[in-house]
Amino acid sequence: MKYLPLIWAALGRRKPRTILTGLSIAVAFLLYGMLNAVNVAFNNGVEIAGVDRLVTTGRYSITQILPYGHEAQIRSLPGVEQVAASNWFGGYYQDQRNFFPQFAVEQEAYLSMYPEIVLPAEQKQAFFNTRTGVVVAKTLAERFHWKLGDKIPMQAGIWPLKDGGNVWTFDLVGIFDTANPKDRSQYEMMLIRYDYFDEARQFAKGTAGWYVSKIKNANEAGTLAKQIDALFANSPNETRTDTEKAFNQGFIKQLGDIGLIIRSILGAVFFTLLFLTGNTMMQSVRERIPELAVLKTLGYSDPLVLALVLGESLLLTLIAALVGLGLATILLPGMAAHLPGFSGLTITAQAAVAALGIATLLAIVVGLPPALRAMRLDIVTALSGH
Amino acid sequence: MANAIQQISAVTAMNLRSVPSRLGTSMVIVIGIAGVVGVLVALLSMARGFELTLATTGRPDRAIVMRGGSNDELSSVLMRDQAQVVMDAPGVAKGSDGKPLAIGELYMITDIAKRGATTPNNVVVRGTTARVLELRPEAKIVEGRMFTPGVREVVVGRTAQKQFAGLNIGDKVDVRDGPWTVVGVFDSKGDVHESELWVDVDALMTASRRQAYNTVTAQLLSADAFRAYKDALTSDPRVTVQAQREPDYYASRSESLNQLITVLGYSVAVIMGIGALFGALNTMYAAVATRSVEIATLRAIGFGSGPVVVSVILEALALAAAGGVLGGAIAYVFFNGYTVSALNMQTFSQVAFQFRVTPDLLWKGVIWACGIGLLGGLMPAVRAARLPIVDALRSA
Amino acid sequence: MSEAIVSLRGVSKSYVRGKQSVEVLQKLDLSISRGDFLALMGPSGSGKTTLLNLIGGLDHPSAGEVVVGGQRIDQLSSGALAQWRSHHVGFVFQFYNLLGVLSAEKNVELPLLLTPLSKAQRARHVATALEIVGLADRAKHKPSELSGGQAQRVAIARALVADPTLLVCDEPTGDLDRKTADEILGLLQTLNRQHGKTIVMVTHDPKAAEYATHQLHMDKGRLIEQSANA
Repeated sequence: MKYLPLIWAALGRRKPRTILTGLSIAVAFLLYGMLNAVNVAFNNGVEIAGVDRLVTTGRYSITQILPYGHEAQIRSLPGVEQVAASNWFGGYYQDQRNFFPQFAVEQEAYLSMYPEIVLPAEQKQAFFNTRTGVVVAKTLAERFHWKLGDKIPMQAGIWPLKDGGNVWTFDLVGIFDTANPKDRSQYEMMLIRYDYFDEARQFAKGTAGWYVSKIKNANEAGTLAKQIDALFANSPNETRTDTEKAFNQGFIKQLGDIGLIIRSILGAVFFTLLFLTGNTMMQSVRERIPELAVLKTLGYSDPLVLALVLGESLLLTLIAALVGLGLATILLPGMAAHLPGFSGLTITAQAAVAALGIATLLAIVVGLPPALRAMRLDIVTALSGH
Repeated sequence: MANAIQQISAVTAMNLRSVPSRLGTSMVIVIGIAGVVGVLVALLSMARGFELTLATTGRPDRAIVMRGGSNDELSSVLMRDQAQVVMDAPGVAKGSDGKPLAIGELYMITDIAKRGATTPNNVVVRGTTARVLELRPEAKIVEGRMFTPGVREVVVGRTAQKQFAGLNIGDKVDVRDGPWTVVGVFDSKGDVHESELWVDVDALMTASRRQAYNTVTAQLLSADAFRAYKDALTSDPRVTVQAQREPDYYASRSESLNQLITVLGYSVAVIMGIGALFGALNTMYAAVATRSVEIATLRAIGFGSGPVVVSVILEALALAAAGGVLGGAIAYVFFNGYTVSALNMQTFSQVAFQFRVTPDLLWKGVIWACGIGLLGGLMPAVRAARLPIVDALRSA
Repeated sequence: MSEAIVSLRGVSKSYVRGKQSVEVLQKLDLSISRGDFLALMGPSGSGKTTLLNLIGGLDHPSAGEVVVGGQRIDQLSSGALAQWRSHHVGFVFQFYNLLGVLSAEKNVELPLLLTPLSKAQRARHVATALEIVGLADRAKHKPSELSGGQAQRVAIARALVADPTLLVCDEPTGDLDRKTADEILGLLQTLNRQHGKTIVMVTHDPKAAEYATHQLHMDKGRLIEQSANA
């Protein structure tokens, strides 16, 4: 620690260069922080998915419809506590671009198995009492300026009304939030009542898109999934049941390899940075060769000189990385507000630790060549360079 | 004026000649900007490839007809009688068999794993008829044969076959109600359909117990016949349908993903660009500093400050442009033609497409590079011009 | 003659330049007593700086023995030599060789960072050293804010601060005007007389050499004349 002022002073030797290099590194970590937060948000669906919830879809595709009779059969299995029929409504508000998911669900069963959705008791009651009622996520209500009591006209994308009409008008009776704000993006949705939806739609009555079941013991998930599928094997409506986690995972994978894209971008960013920072460190050491020789003359050992140069590179990258992550923390909420479906973007502790790890690695990679050069410096030659 | 140009070229030549001796620092600009341009061009080429794949699907003289209010094929339902009205409407061309060249199609999704993976992907199964090769002449069977009417056989698009597992001729694939046999492979010039599986519509209706079509695709007499055809359907009281030109429909299905990738591309490029700008400033300040004596000497013999400013900027621009070209070249070499398959949320189905590094994207990259170079050269150039001549000379 | 603090026996040093081997020092014997202030003189290329480097433990001889303070240093590894230097030698250079980014006191503190002294102890030693060279009031100044003479005083304070066995000075006044040079030489003389520091100084300036207790003349890698000043 007593060498810190020495290292710090070395960084201050050419302030503009140090600051510009530091800013480049900070920008790279800003990007890291932002892209990582997006990636985490994508994968959050897997992280928070209940291990005690199963999703039962058609065997060939989630887009198949299943008879409503399946529900009672699933519920009859001893390990199953609760079942909720669910449907993709697939409508839009005002403009197709205003995309957000809407699900028609069996409200009481559904809300009971998703305790992470927090809805005030009286609003929950209002939802249970109003057939045309819907509840929406707080972030959605904010985005579209909806208030309790509003009538919300939704254009049908898939399901026309019985009379062929295309506009469903719902009553907004509840606005929910998630227990943990970072889960907001996962539940940025509108919930419609399945009973009303099924009665009012033109076709496919008496069916559901999929069933979500809450099971009593998470350890039995595998067995129960098999039992559910066995119920309908060789029937015209075979099913495939997975844990919600596996289901979400499969869906995210199918979006395209977002992780790969993000890793590739960051790879390019840090590769570029390697040259930039490496060049600065090289320059800095080259300019200070006489000074380093003096330190050695004073009795500074070779390993100590190596450590001093590495320390310099480490101090630079770590400070810059912290600045970048700090900037990302400040900018993310604003960014989330402009990205539908990405409410609650944050930098996780893991991401921060990983960032510092990357910064350390970067420091070593760019610092080692000049540090070795400084270490191997021959005093007599370096001093006679004057 | 001529004098100024002479001065500029003299100073610039002197600067550029010294670039090799400052290779390390100069490479910071080149590589920093190459990184920005590489990422920008790669991401835009992904968006472009996706857009082109959808935009080149279909032809303006064909119409796709859906239920009024439906956004896409999956959510559209056309009853058999409605479909008949659509197929018989005026403006539809006759096929080689003398009947209207229009097909009522089923559009379903089945889960197939990608090669080397196990998780399901939404792959389109299109129930059609053998006449599809006449309706969509861009599609040709390139391997095996067409499916037999009424039989559970599948022909797979060439890109689908490359992207997904178990789609070789003779393989069994789960479509609906058990396994179907792959009997052929078709090529439709890399459009959206090449990511699909085609089966006989009647066989699929039986297997899925469906009575209705999703859409009708019709060959019109000409591209100009579309308006009359659309109007005829709109005014027909028996049906509530909407007709769209095929290219219009497919192009509209690329907006969402396209926008997402484009926004991502520019956002990342702007942030990275700021980082590269700092690098460029660093390099150019260093370049000016190491040459302060030369610059002061030139000023002392009577060179104006204008040529000095311009020459520094030109050097930054030259290095930046080199970086831009390098970045574009890297994006081209590594990504052009690279095929990926992603879920198009607007059709809820997998679409395979190639990254397309087009000349305009490369040009865009060079423009970005020069923009960063210009900004990175400006302030150091002004510093060079303001250098006090006497001090600089004394420090020699 | 009192106890020898530096003793060289049969020391040779040669460098390989291209295909030629240049012998800079030839079988040199030398003994310096504790409390001596020795001026090493001679024309350029006579080998005086090389000799100084050997005595200061910056370089290894090609042959022969170098004993300083009773310890043979010619065979120490470069790591051991570095540690040895930090305890036993203080260096003063022609161009001061201060670290431009550090204040005078931080420059002086540098050798102490290698010791187990506490921060407060270091500060005390630094203050004392600056006091001795007469620069206590410039402690916070950066080298660029000091005159040449002041910078050299800071360098001398840095050489002193760890209380080394030996002060090694390479043309300490080579970059200074006459008046300032005399002040610096006076300071070295004081250190030698009042603080008992043993000093070895390379110089080409006969006036500077007059401040020393002994003079030693070199030419072509050999000692040619040794004399004691009055």
